[in-house]
Parts: sequence; C-alpha cells; structure tokens
Amino acid sequence: MAGKKWLFLLTCLLTLGVFLAACSGGEETSSDDGADTEAPAESEDTGEAEETDSAEGEEALAADQTFDINIKSEPPSLNPGTATDTTSAAVLDQVFEGLMRINQDGEPEEAMAESYEVSEDLMTYTFHIREDAVWSNGDPVTAENFEYAWKWVLNPDNADTDYAYQLYVIKGAQAAKEEGGSLDEVGVTAVDEKTLEVTLAQPTPYFLDLTAFYTYYPVNQNVVEGTDDWALDAGENYVTNGPFLLDSWAHQDQVVLKKNPDYWDAETVTLETINMYMIDDENTALEMYNGGELDWAGSPTDSLPLASIPALKEDGSLNIAPLAGLYYYAFNTEKEPFNNVNIRKAFALAINRAGIVENITQSEQQPAMALVPSSIWEESNEGYFADNDIETAKEYLETGLEEMGLEELPAVELSYNTSEAHAAIAQAIQDMWRENLGVEVTLRNEEWNVYLDSMGSGDFHVGRMGWLGDFNDAINFLEIFRAKGGNNYTNWEDAEYQDLLEQSRTATDEAERKVILRQAEAIFMEDMPIAPIYFYTSAWLNKDYVKGVEVSGLGGVQFKWGYLTEE
Amino acid sequence: MITYIVKRLGYIILSLYFIITITFFLMHAAPGGPFASERALTPAIEEQMNEAYGLNDPILVQYVDYLVNAFTFDFGPSFKYVGQEVNDIIIRGLPYSLVLGLESMFIALAAGVLLGVIAAVKHNKFGDYTAMIIAVLGISVPSFIMAAGLQYIFAIQMQVLPIARFTSFAHTILPAIALASTPLAFIARLMRSSMLDVLSMDYIKTAKAKGIGQRVVTYRHGLRNAILPVISYIGPLIASILTGSFVIEKIFGIPGLGNEFVVSVTNRDYTVIMGTTVFYSVLLLVSILIVDLIYGFVDPRIKLGAKGGNG
Repeated sequence: MAGKKWLFLLTCLLTLGVFLAACSGGEETSSDDGADTEAPAESEDTGEAEETDSAEGEEALAADQTFDINIKSEPPSLNPGTATDTTSAAVLDQVFEGLMRINQDGEPEEAMAESYEVSEDLMTYTFHIREDAVWSNGDPVTAENFEYAWKWVLNPDNADTDYAYQLYVIKGAQAAKEEGGSLDEVGVTAVDEKTLEVTLAQPTPYFLDLTAFYTYYPVNQNVVEGTDDWALDAGENYVTNGPFLLDSWAHQDQVVLKKNPDYWDAETVTLETINMYMIDDENTALEMYNGGELDWAGSPTDSLPLASIPALKEDGSLNIAPLAGLYYYAFNTEKEPFNNVNIRKAFALAINRAGIVENITQSEQQPAMALVPSSIWEESNEGYFADNDIETAKEYLETGLEEMGLEELPAVELSYNTSEAHAAIAQAIQDMWRENLGVEVTLRNEEWNVYLDSMGSGDFHVGRMGWLGDFNDAINFLEIFRAKGGNNYTNWEDAEYQDLLEQSRTATDEAERKVILRQAEAIFMEDMPIAPIYFYTSAWLNKDYVKGVEVSGLGGVQFKWGYLTEE
Repeated sequence: MITYIVKRLGYIILSLYFIITITFFLMHAAPGGPFASERALTPAIEEQMNEAYGLNDPILVQYVDYLVNAFTFDFGPSFKYVGQEVNDIIIRGLPYSLVLGLESMFIALAAGVLLGVIAAVKHNKFGDYTAMIIAVLGISVPSFIMAAGLQYIFAIQMQVLPIARFTSFAHTILPAIALASTPLAFIARLMRSSMLDVLSMDYIKTAKAKGIGQRVVTYRHGLRNAILPVISYIGPLIASILTGSFVIEKIFGIPGLGNEFVVSVTNRDYTVIMGTTVFYSVLLLVSILIVDLIYGFVDPRIKLGAKGGNG
C-alpha cells in the first residue's frame, strides 16, 4: 500500500506539473529574459568570434579543465580514412594530426611536418616529419605512416572510403582508385623514415590546407594492418597522434577525450578532459547548456533551435562567425521555363535576401549575390547583382517571356527537404515570386534521401541546396558546376567555364589564378543556373569562462588551444 | 496447452516472414539509397561501395540472402556506422530501452490501476473527478509535450532531476513517466469502468450483505475480476511503449534502440532497419503470446486451446 500511495503522490505531482506548464507559457519567456540579462552587461561585444581568444588581462586558469560539449549524434566513423562528416571530424581533429594543422588565423601551419619544401613548378612537396612526433603507443610517427594511410584510402579493395576524391590532387590517385591504376604509381613516397615526398597531378595552391584535412591523416601501420576493426572502439588499438587521446567511446552516448601527454606540442594544450555527449534534440541540448551541464551549445557540432535565436541575439549571448558556405536555389536548366537565362535572372533578382536573413534565419547570414562566399573572396560582399531588384527582374521576365513566345509563366514547383527553416524560406520566396513576377509557385517538401533522389534525377524545377567548403579556396565552389552530374543538379555546363577552370590549375601565380577564377565566376553568374540566397554563419553559445576554442571558417572546431578560466 | 503454444509459435514465424518481406521491399522501394549524401560520390566510388555491400546483386538474390540472414539473426554490418555490426548495435541499445520500457510499464500499470480503483470506489465524488482529470490529461497530451513539460518543471525550474541522458536511476524517472503517461491514463479509465461493472455485480452485493468489510470486498473480490481487461491491454501497452520510446529517447538523449531505429530509417541504413524491425517484431509477437497465456492463468474460465481460444 505504501508503494501505491507513493505512486499516487507522484501522479498528483505530475498533473500539477502539467497544469503549471500550461499556465506558465507566457511567463516562461519573460523569466528567462530576466535570468539572462544579468550576464551580458560586460559582454555587449560577445557577438564576435574573436571574443573567445582575446585574453583579457590575467585570468586564472580553472583548476578543473573539463569541457562539456554536445556533438549531437554518434560519429559514423572514427577511422580518418572512412570518415566523411562533421561529427566524426569534431572528434578526429582532436585525436589525430596531419602534416599541417589549420591555426587560429585559418592558415595551415606545420604540425606533424616540422618543415616542407615546394618545388619551383609547385608540383612536388617534400615534408620533414618531426623527430619528436610519436604515436600514443610510443611508436615514432613516420613518413611510411602517411604513405600507408593515403594509399589505403586509394585502394579500390577498401570500400567506405567515400572521401578518396579528396586525395585526387595527388598524381595517379584517381587512376589508382577508379581506373585500375597501380598504387605504386601514386605520387606519394616515403623517402626515408622522416621524409615524405608528394607529387601532385597539377599545381594546387590549397594543397597545404588539404594536408590538414582528416582524409590526409596518418595511421599507425603497425597497429592498423590486419586489424580491420581498430577504429570501432576506444582501446589499445585506437592509436593516435593528436593533442588528445580517445579515452572512451560509449556508442550513441558519449565520447571522452583526454589530454595526450606525449603530443609534441603538449605544452600548448590546457584542457584535460573533453566530454562529447550525443544529444540529438536541440532543445534538450540548449536546456543542458542553460543548466550548466554543457559549456558550449550550437555550431559547429550541433545547432540551436531556430525559435531560440532571436532571444539569444537580443541578450548578446549568441556568437556568430562567418562560414564558407552557400545556401542556394538550383534551377533545373533543362526544364521550362528555367532553360531560359532571362527567366532565371528574373527569379534570382526577385528574391529579398535581406528580408529572409533578417526575419527567418536570423543568425546574421549574409545575403549572397555571388557563388564564392565572402569569407574567401571579399568581392562577394558586393556580388553580381542587386538584392531584391524587382524592377530589373520584371524586365528580365518580359524579355524571357518574349524569347519563349509565352504570354505568362507556367506554374513552377519549388522543392526543398524537410526542415523548419527550409520550409519557412521556401514559403517566403514563394510569396515573393508570386507578388513580384505574378507566377504561380507550388511547394514540394521531401525527406532528405527522397529529395536527393528527385534532385539527382532532374525531377524538379527549382530546388534548395547548400554547399560548405572542404577547404578555404574558391575552386571548391566553382568546381561543383564544372560538369553535369555529381553535386551539380542544375544540369548546367559551359565550355568556356570549364576552360577557365582548367587554366586555373596550371596557373602558378596566385593573383593571376584569382583573375581566371573570377572570370569563371562572372560567366557563371551571367548564366545564373542558381539563385544564391545567403552565405552561412556558425552560431553558438559558450560560457564566459571558455577561451581559445577555435571555430574554423569551414565549420570545424579545434580544442588544442582551448582553456577554461575561473568562473 | 502444448499444441496451442506450438500453433501460436507457428503463427509468429509466419508473421515474421511477412514482416521481413514487406519491410525489405518497402525499404528498397523507398527513393534514395544508403550512400546518398549532400556531397555526391564519384560514380566509380559509389559503384565500389554498392559492390562491397552487395547492392549490385539482383534484388531477389539480396532478398533470399536477407531472409536467410534474418532467420539466423545475423544482420551484417551497418552501412552508416562503418564496421559496426547490427547485432552489436541492438545489444548495446537494448538495455536502455528495456529499463525504460519496464519502468514505464510498471508506472502505467500500478498508477493506472490505482487511479481506476479510486475513481470507481469514490464514484461521482472528488476522488473520481481528480482521477479522471488526470486520465483525460494523460490521453490528450502527447508524450513528447509531456516530456518537454516534465523537463521544464522538474529539471529546469525545480532542478531536482536531470534533463537528459541515462546514467543513473534519477535519469530514468522523467522519461519513464513521460512514456507511461498515455497508457497510464488509458488503464485508469479502463479500470474505472470495469471496476464499476464488477462492483455492481450480485456476488459483490452478496459479499457485502454477508458483512465482509468494504476493503476486502473491493480488493479481494472486485479487483481480481475487474483487472482482466487491463491484462488483455498489456499487449497493446507493450506496443505503445515500444513505439512511444522512439520519440522519448530522442528528447531525453537516451542511447536506446528506439533512437537507433528512427535514425536508421532516415539514413536508409538497410541492415539496421531490418535488424531492429525484426527485433521489435519478435519482441511484440512474443509478448502478446505471453499476455494471452497469463490471461488464461488469471481467469480459469478461459481455456487456451479450446474452441475460440486461439483468437
């Protein structure tokens, strides 16, 4: 009977709770505001990314250097050769290290490589690996480790190496992976234990950036060879060379990283423990942050609930940093009416990007009137046309209709994949097109996999897409549209454009190369196979005592330089 | 009795066969494949991956392979989590879901029955109204809203229980209550009407007339008969708790099987979809069988295996 009474009490509490929840709906927000406005007095300027690294005078380090963050889901692979996603990267970038590491200024700096030389023709790189670089099991990091890891990815017998194409700038790499070429022909050789020579297929100005990417990380051949499941769990087989060690991995639950005492630059590393939780629900994660269980919420390993952003921005606690990424609408250039360039232009110009960014996404995304993000090319701040230029749009529409011999536009369909934000943007744009161009727009929402299928098979008029840069170079964006297929859903192709991209590959002078690439972008924007909408930003919250955690312009995060101060 | 169980087991295998077949073909009919991603693979690499995972075989070959594997409970490796075996995924997710499921079943049954009895005994009095308000709330408030409400009150405002994750007993309380709320309410209503029926029966009146105390009459004579509908509800209850756990596990960040199941469908992770589906089906089918058997024990009037007993 006692148990039942207890349960009854519990049930009563529960009911009371529901009532309270229902009644306090309005109050909830105001009390939250009250709680949060205490803090921001001195953090008016927290909206800046640099905030975290500015050391404001003498700050006492916290005794407990344990950092808690949410990475949203189970990392699909902690083998650098088979990983392809940001969650895995968030772990890999801490536990492994490539020849280079992207530093706090976003530039590649020497990491496993102590120094390197580049040949005159920019085709051959010689890396000298640090004498004091060791694996977590005490083995020295050697040039062979790199050669082995890269060739393992390029070996056609190894499936799951989705990102093998990241290595295709190396001579013979694509041939080995896709055309039955020999792995011995691949341009990577360990000259001696500490010297790695890499021959490229063509001059690649961003090659050093690439060597900091996880597909280029080394693995310890002694451990990995013959142990296929070495990367499935934390343990003695999971041997790494980065600033942190994989201490434990409770699948779907939590990853724990510990400082690596044998790391060559261990002096720089302050954080002792990093707990990475896998909380799928954004609202729950935000509540955990508010409750002090997390030190960080939002980008780049998770996102903040859209509805919470205005209030967070208001109280100044939201951090925002530009991200090299473009949110855009792809036109199907093989389907009427988007096979007409003037119609495409009309649609692109009749979008009020500033309105979308201010009212829907609200994380200070930048209206995009160009293909290459402004964080890579400053010129993109201006873009190739004016935002929300309805007058010109109407002119284009008229010309387009005339060319097509039409009186008015047929109904068009706007596709997007399931997400609150995509839906809101699509509805807004539907409205803008209806009002500005007088066209009937229907919306089509599909689940992600289904959506990719429709887009890939050309079953769409206009569809939303996004692209985040893998490395900090314009070519990463221009290349998508080089040929039909792949990530180019627009079915747009242009000989001159292809020619310019080809020319850029052999250009050895950086300024000259940029001119060529700018020309290519101009051609692209003149033909307008896509309507750029905005350049992405990363938006996150961090506790005031979190310092030095680096969020890169490519959406990566690094804890090497992170530390916690006394609260 | 034995023949009855054998027959039921036969039905279970048959049902499983249909479930597997239908899921297999539905899964392959769904647009998009396991390797679809925002970053399209080069055709050659995609081809190599399809080859490695046997997706290039004719669909019938895949189906037969699949059927054989499913009946030997070998589901192969996940497509998404490189190298992880589906069986390992099920085994590591199961304990969480099991604890959560059992705890919420206990809450639903205990509190539901108690509320129902109180409502019936205090018919048309304050106790009745209170119990029924709770029941109506439980039925009409979806479990995910309940979850958010519980988190808000007990974790954020009162800070007595953790918001999310699943590492101690305290962590299990909120998700279990959220998951139990709907079946709890349903059981309370079921129990109330069934108890009212029983209490108005002649034998209860006789017992009372003989001078047996109210409490004894209610609990010893009434409850035993009134609880029968609740027992037959345990089958659907298990189903409801299994399906409810998908959402609850996501909200509370519990690394359980329900979460895994939902994620696998979005990922088109074929092997995990099949593994979890088969697993859930077996669980459900077997638990329904067990409930039917228990029913026979509680009410001796029902003879299993007799005519009409296999319905």
